[in-house]
Amino acid sequence: MPTIQFGDVQVEVDEDGFVQDPKQWTEDLARYLAKQEEGLDNLTEDHWKVIHYLRDYYQQFGIAPMIRKLCKDTGFDLKYIYELFPSGPAKGACKLAGLPKPTGCV
Amino acid sequence: MANSKTPRLDELEKGRWPSFVKIMKRAAVKKPAAGDLLKQLELSYEEKVGHWKHGGIVGVRGYGGGVIGRYSDRPDRFPNVKEFHTFRVNQPSGWFYTSSALRQLCDIWDKYGSGLTNFHGATGDIILLGAPTENLQPCFDELSEHGFDLGGSGSDLRTPSACVGPARCEYACVDTLDLCHTITQEFQNELHRPMWPYKFKIKISGCPNDCVASIARSDLSVIGTWRDSIQVDPQAVAAYADQGLDIQGEICGKCPTRALSWHPERKELEIRREECVRCMHCINKMPKALRPGRERGATLLIGGKATMKESAFLGWVIVPFMKMEPPYTELLDLLRRIFNWWDERAKNRERIGELIYRLGMRAFLHDVGLPPVPQMVARPRANPYYYWRPEEVRSNG
Repeated sequence: MPTIQFGDVQVEVDEDGFVQDPKQWTEDLARYLAKQEEGLDNLTEDHWKVIHYLRDYYQQFGIAPMIRKLCKDTGFDLKYIYELFPSGPAKGACKLAGLPKPTGCV
Repeated sequence: MANSKTPRLDELEKGRWPSFVKIMKRAAVKKPAAGDLLKQLELSYEEKVGHWKHGGIVGVRGYGGGVIGRYSDRPDRFPNVKEFHTFRVNQPSGWFYTSSALRQLCDIWDKYGSGLTNFHGATGDIILLGAPTENLQPCFDELSEHGFDLGGSGSDLRTPSACVGPARCEYACVDTLDLCHTITQEFQNELHRPMWPYKFKIKISGCPNDCVASIARSDLSVIGTWRDSIQVDPQAVAAYADQGLDIQGEICGKCPTRALSWHPERKELEIRREECVRCMHCINKMPKALRPGRERGATLLIGGKATMKESAFLGWVIVPFMKMEPPYTELLDLLRRIFNWWDERAKNRERIGELIYRLGMRAFLHDVGLPPVPQMVARPRANPYYYWRPEEVRSNG
């Protein structure tokens, strides 16, 4: 399993770069991943709104929300979410929020 | 053969038919990934287990679909297929290419991927097999520069596809190519950015022969048809008879609704329009004499799919006849209503056919604003799907 060295801690990630242990997540880690994975130098209020929403949902239900629900609850349409996170809600936003890789069909 | 590293696969090179093993071995001379792909498959044949890991999220910036992640679960033995992702590239309507476009595509794929392709996948896309993660974005960028775009994957609108239609076929009742292109352009967001409960496929056939098998393979199937009578050229009918075609036995006898009568003394074929179900049998048998009618459009069917939550479904008729002319406003509006209805109600990974099965055709028709009509059922009282709403039932008492 690959790891990323972040400050003093080693964080285990899967082959797509998703953090394996959600407990290791911090806001600093999100900023670091934003730079590394999405090329984002800073995270705006809207970025944090999505990230915190995803974390809260995951902590409550143990899975990532459906994309429709994410859009509805944040009030952002999907196109805007792709503007915020160019890799998209799953590969971008969920990764930054430290959620395990969402499963889906090809 | 004793020294071969792939004795099981070698069996598939025998015989006179084309062999993917042969092709992959040839590709392996240039591309180590093709060689490891064969060796991994040999191991799968030996152990009777697949060695691809399920899932994986890879993609290109701005898109959620179009690339499918594939990782080997034995990267220790097959390092060149450690990452072997698939691109779906949106095919042109009716799969027409210039040879130079194909060369361009293959040059790009030789540069970034394994060089192996699959023309075409079940959705109709060009499938480019096997690229490492770091090559995905540059490969996509170069494909885009040359005018190619990715197709759908995941829970989105899958790449619409259509038969060759009027470009190559005299039976085409609608311009399948233009309609397919229009739908693809209209729903770019739905195609590239998955947000639905599951996949949604649209396929378009120009006539009831349904050459793209849309009725079995698409959630929304558009099949060209006509609503007047089959066009008959009486002299050509007589010519078929003179050439020895058994019109009574082969044509009239095999008409599923007995809509045809043959008068041998006058060499005349009589067609009862109201009995005809547009099965195409007589037209296929006598193409020089019979043609689809003049008043043309399409039948829309919903819910076709392969077995998942429920068994395999064929599409149900929801609109017996709709004119199909640019700008196709009526169809596009109906599609939007259908997408919304499904998106709001479906459980995760529930296809629209399964949702209709669960909630009932009555609810579907009512909510998307379609009237129930007799063409939706095979014959009176053979109606397993439609139940009247309570307020529509009037007591006789």
